[in-house]
Amino acid sequence: MTHPQRNCQELLASLSEYVDGNLSKELCAEIERHLEECQDCQVVVNTLRKTIDLYRKVELEDELPKSVMQKLYFRLNIEDYLSR
Amino acid sequence: MTEKVTVKTEVSLEALKAGDKAELARMVELYSEPIYRLGLKMLGSEQDAEDILQETFMKALRSIQQFEGRSSISTWLYRIAMNEIFLTLRKKKPIEEPLDGYDGDGEEPEKPREIIDWCCLPENELMTAEVRETMNQAIEKLSPALRSVFILRDINHLSVKETAEALGISEAAVKTRLLRARLQLREDLSVYFSHKMS
Repeated sequence: MTHPQRNCQELLASLSEYVDGNLSKELCAEIERHLEECQDCQVVVNTLRKTIDLYRKVELEDELPKSVMQKLYFRLNIEDYLSR
Repeated sequence: MTEKVTVKTEVSLEALKAGDKAELARMVELYSEPIYRLGLKMLGSEQDAEDILQETFMKALRSIQQFEGRSSISTWLYRIAMNEIFLTLRKKKPIEEPLDGYDGDGEEPEKPREIIDWCCLPENELMTAEVRETMNQAIEKLSPALRSVFILRDINHLSVKETAEALGISEAAVKTRLLRARLQLREDLSVYFSHKMS
């Protein structure tokens, strides 16, 4: 029987690929079996997903300032194509 | 969780090499925002981000005839941008660890310490100004080697292969660094929320 702590460490190494959906079905199933029994790992998976989600949401709020865009177009001599 | 797929209309290298200004404008339109965002997150300054943006496209224009198209145009642009960013970082302060020789790749990721489920918090508590500031500080704490991978993969949605090419590192290194970056950011946010929830 595999020691529970070793499974947590093994899960950690595959965590990124698990949340990205890049693992094989078998490995996913193995991880999900572990997550059913390990509350701590489930919390880590949930909060990892949420962390990525938050960063993506916040970054989308950062827009390229119009003035920066205009300066760039002028520097590249394509100011005729400025649309915004 | 499936990876978000960003549909990009690929720019014509042939047209760019022929000096087609409309195609150049299209390339700028497509990639200026993600490159600006990359510069801003890596360097923490709007002025630096603007400089990176301009230098990236100016250098791309100067070297377009030599670009053979072995990688995609977006990967090529990101590579130019990252080189400019690393140059800027080196000028600002000498960095002890070589950015492209980050030696943490072989180490096991650190075990998460803060185990608190803050996912249940309502959206308006997760997106406050204070949380945003915590997130900014957390990403600034990441080493440039980890920060660059996180921004390219998770914010700019580059694939593992594209990220590896843009940074000049192996795909294995991209995966290792992404894991470490994500875990570190998760840890910092969890510390913050554990204080809020206690």
